[in-house]
Amino acid sequence: MKSVVHVELPASLRLLARVSHLVEVSIEGPVTQRSILDALEAAHPTLQGTMRDHTSKLRRPFIRFFACDQDLSHLSPDEQLPEAVAMGTEPFLVIGAIAGG
Amino acid sequence: MSKVRLLVGTRKGAFVLTADGTRKNWSVSGPHFAGWEIYHLKGSPVDPNRIYASQTSGWFGQVVQRSDDGGLTWNPVGNKFLYDGVAGTHQWYDGTPHPWEFKRVWHLEPSLTCAETLYAGAEDAALFHSQDGGNTWSEFAGLRNHGTGPAWQPGAGGMCLHTILIDPANPQRVFIAISAAGAFRTDDGGQTWKPINRGLRSQYIPDQDAEVGHCVHHIAMHPSRPDTLFMQKHWDVMRSDDAGDSWREISGNLPTDFGFVIDVHAHEPETLYVVPIKSDSEHFPIDGKLQVHRSRSGGNEWEPLTKGLPQSNCYVNVLRDAMAVDTLDSCGVYFGTTGGQVYASSDSGDNWNAIVHDLPAVLSIEVQTLP
Repeated sequence: MKSVVHVELPASLRLLARVSHLVEVSIEGPVTQRSILDALEAAHPTLQGTMRDHTSKLRRPFIRFFACDQDLSHLSPDEQLPEAVAMGTEPFLVIGAIAGG
Repeated sequence: MSKVRLLVGTRKGAFVLTADGTRKNWSVSGPHFAGWEIYHLKGSPVDPNRIYASQTSGWFGQVVQRSDDGGLTWNPVGNKFLYDGVAGTHQWYDGTPHPWEFKRVWHLEPSLTCAETLYAGAEDAALFHSQDGGNTWSEFAGLRNHGTGPAWQPGAGGMCLHTILIDPANPQRVFIAISAAGAFRTDDGGQTWKPINRGLRSQYIPDQDAEVGHCVHHIAMHPSRPDTLFMQKHWDVMRSDDAGDSWREISGNLPTDFGFVIDVHAHEPETLYVVPIKSDSEHFPIDGKLQVHRSRSGGNEWEPLTKGLPQSNCYVNVLRDAMAVDTLDSCGVYFGTTGGQVYASSDSGDNWNAIVHDLPAVLSIEVQTLP
């Protein structure tokens, strides 16, 4: 099944990838953090390494993932995300954590 | 008419400052990559319009940018810096083993002969190189795997490889410096490395004359004399005339021999510049008076240069990569401060003017002398 997910990036990454506020990514199969980030990085290779480690694919420490008023950052990367994200009615938010003063 | 282009890396973006050969009127473009820390930018000596920039962020990691039009437009290139093989450990601040972890690129050094080739000095200390304009990177693992590697410790700013000097007469010879491991040299294009710290004395390590463990802040070389190196160490200004095999102190009459930057006049290989900083715990000029000190004798005898520099209430620092010289007939000298000023002298340091006053804290300055 193909899903179209809306991803909202922080301003720094929007500038880097030269994209607008919401980025649409098409995903075949389950909609998870991993499948969203895989699709996002494939479409915009300059984002590789900016949200998760190149090799381990672990989330960078000051990156958070929110959707549907929930902090999903600590979910397994392969856990299915809320239906509203997969349906494209709620965005998947990539957030730079408030840190550093 | 010749012109100069200053490449300024700051805590919150990059700036490009340009002027004609008189160096009186400057135009400022930027911030490029606003909000990101720009540790260093440098142009290729082969193609001055090819400029590389190290863009980094605690949130988003490392990005390398490349411009092919002199800094007007930029494109991100490769940011995959992977240590070769098993990364292993170095010493942490408390002396315990700590895994090698890539954090950022402190310094980019383009090849003297090929615009597609460049070196990158990283934290945690490693030397990478690219032969395709920054798209892909590989490590010179022989440096990090030097037998002393597990004993290296970070300085206060992190365990950074911050200085890369290529011998113009022999591109197989490269000098690098790491805080706080010391200086190293390769004579075979990066495959093998030897520590070159004999003569350095550091009171903050158990063996003051150790083979490694010295907090080297910066090294400078005049291209006509690649065997002569000048070093600003944590404390002490040092000189080597045998490609780093031995060092001797040339601090002489400096009011303090702590500091970060050191550079050499473009046309006078025995004329040096440092900015004395009060101490390792007080990173600002003595008595709030910002002074560049110049030696015209290769060290030991130093004169303060103050005309045009603030002589009261100035408590900025000048970081290790934040000084550069141009190659115009009347040598220009430039440095940037943590207070966001960029000072320029078009007469070898006799007189100074602030080109800009209020940039973010300046991390690095490079200058290109253009036809």
